[in-house]
Amino acid sequence: MARLLAIGWLFHLKNLTNSLFFVLISVLQPVIFATIAFFMFDAGRRSGGLLYAALGAGLMGIWSSTLFGSGGAIQWQRWQGTLEVIVAAPARFLWVMLPLTVSTASIGLYSIVATLFWGRVFFGVPLEFEHPWLFALALPVTVLSLGLLGLVLASTFVLYRQASAFSNLLEYPIWLVTGLLVPLSLLPGWVEPLSWVLAPTWGMEAVRNAALGGEVWPGIGMCVLLGTIYLALGALFMQNFERLARQRATLSLT
Amino acid sequence: MTSLRIFFVGGQMTYRALFYWLTPQIYIPSLIVAPIFQILLFADIGRSAGLESDEFYVIGNAIQYAAIPCLFAMTHLIAGERFQQTLGYILITPAKRLPLFVGRSLPVVTNGFFVAAFALVVGGAIVGMEVPAGAWAPIALATAVSAFSCTGLGLVNAGLGFIVRETSVLSNIIFGLLLVFTGANVPVDDLPRWMQIVSEGMPFTHGIEAVRRLVAGGALSDVWGLIGVEALIGVLYGAGGYALIRAMEVIGRRHATLERA
Repeated sequence: MARLLAIGWLFHLKNLTNSLFFVLISVLQPVIFATIAFFMFDAGRRSGGLLYAALGAGLMGIWSSTLFGSGGAIQWQRWQGTLEVIVAAPARFLWVMLPLTVSTASIGLYSIVATLFWGRVFFGVPLEFEHPWLFALALPVTVLSLGLLGLVLASTFVLYRQASAFSNLLEYPIWLVTGLLVPLSLLPGWVEPLSWVLAPTWGMEAVRNAALGGEVWPGIGMCVLLGTIYLALGALFMQNFERLARQRATLSLT
Repeated sequence: MTSLRIFFVGGQMTYRALFYWLTPQIYIPSLIVAPIFQILLFADIGRSAGLESDEFYVIGNAIQYAAIPCLFAMTHLIAGERFQQTLGYILITPAKRLPLFVGRSLPVVTNGFFVAAFALVVGGAIVGMEVPAGAWAPIALATAVSAFSCTGLGLVNAGLGFIVRETSVLSNIIFGLLLVFTGANVPVDDLPRWMQIVSEGMPFTHGIEAVRRLVAGGALSDVWGLIGVEALIGVLYGAGGYALIRAMEVIGRRHATLERA
């Protein structure tokens, strides 16, 4: 199974890298948002905000690529005519889809690299991390937890015919409520409990604290915990999707 | 008379035919709800940065969001025809090209205006923006002119759609550039000098500034210049876009590449 996951992840990562749409989402869009945030923080004289903005914009890119990639994952397989083959394969449907959703989150790593590079070269953002080793750990854990959240998205969005519009709807709100560019303390109190069940909140906390200083392990721990819950939910929903599609013979119907 | 019919009736029919998929389930999340969250995101970043008031971001982002319907819809007028394999039929008709292509932009301007106006009203209500009662009509005018000027840019985008396969990617890039350059979120004066020069030639820059002045209590007479420049920018982009479409049509015929981006 480890081989299946590893090869599937690598295959989908290469496949998505060939998509101009994903490269845009992963590189250009975060760079544009980072640029705006750099200018805003700079003009607003907010001290120490540039690295904060670069990391936040990078995580925004990871969320976007997960949202659009995983949200439409099953639908894409259907359009490409590969869904039936995947479902009929001896490997469980879950283990075939998991590398795909994790790879959509992984491609978001381009976002972090792009925003940090852009910030360093054009805005002089200091790339001095307080805990470099923990940063190197927090980042893949965050990506993995988002990939597992992507599994839940993939298995639920498939029930919604206009999944792409639904993805459009969820992009900004999640950026907002997970505090990627705005401290959660600025948002209304009722937003905070929502942010607790979303992995990007804890991933951002871990990555940001590793870079700027602060407790890193609670964020990493919450990513692992939420990732486990997402995996359980994703497995349940995937199983349900497969069962219903077989019963009703609707696998290839959009 | 025929040209007028192609302009008004043809434009409307084409819009309905090409956007048959724009159902409420797609329209509401993408064009009604998403701009509100864009406004809230930037208003909160603005608060965090301590830069400008909430009204600043409501106006900037509401007007700028008209770019989504204006850019994407105009591009789809070429890419959608090609996808449906009707581009060739359109281009062999004897219809005059000016009403044929420009007529398609009228529903786009209307939709862009509606999207921006809705975001302005709802976003303004959420943050408690106070607008002088007499300012609503001039604000509507400035918003409509802004939608018009961006549709002009959309026509350029449509022309590029003859040679660019990933038209939605192109539109996303332009949308992002408009977000940075037009003063929607960063005051133009705070941008580097070269960016200020570029922003002068962008759709929205003057329209957004006009609406901000109107909300701040300015009169229509104070912003005529800004609205006029915004309209002129729209005309220039529209003319350039039309010329580009004609040039691409000729090239497409010569090299038999109409159906191939």
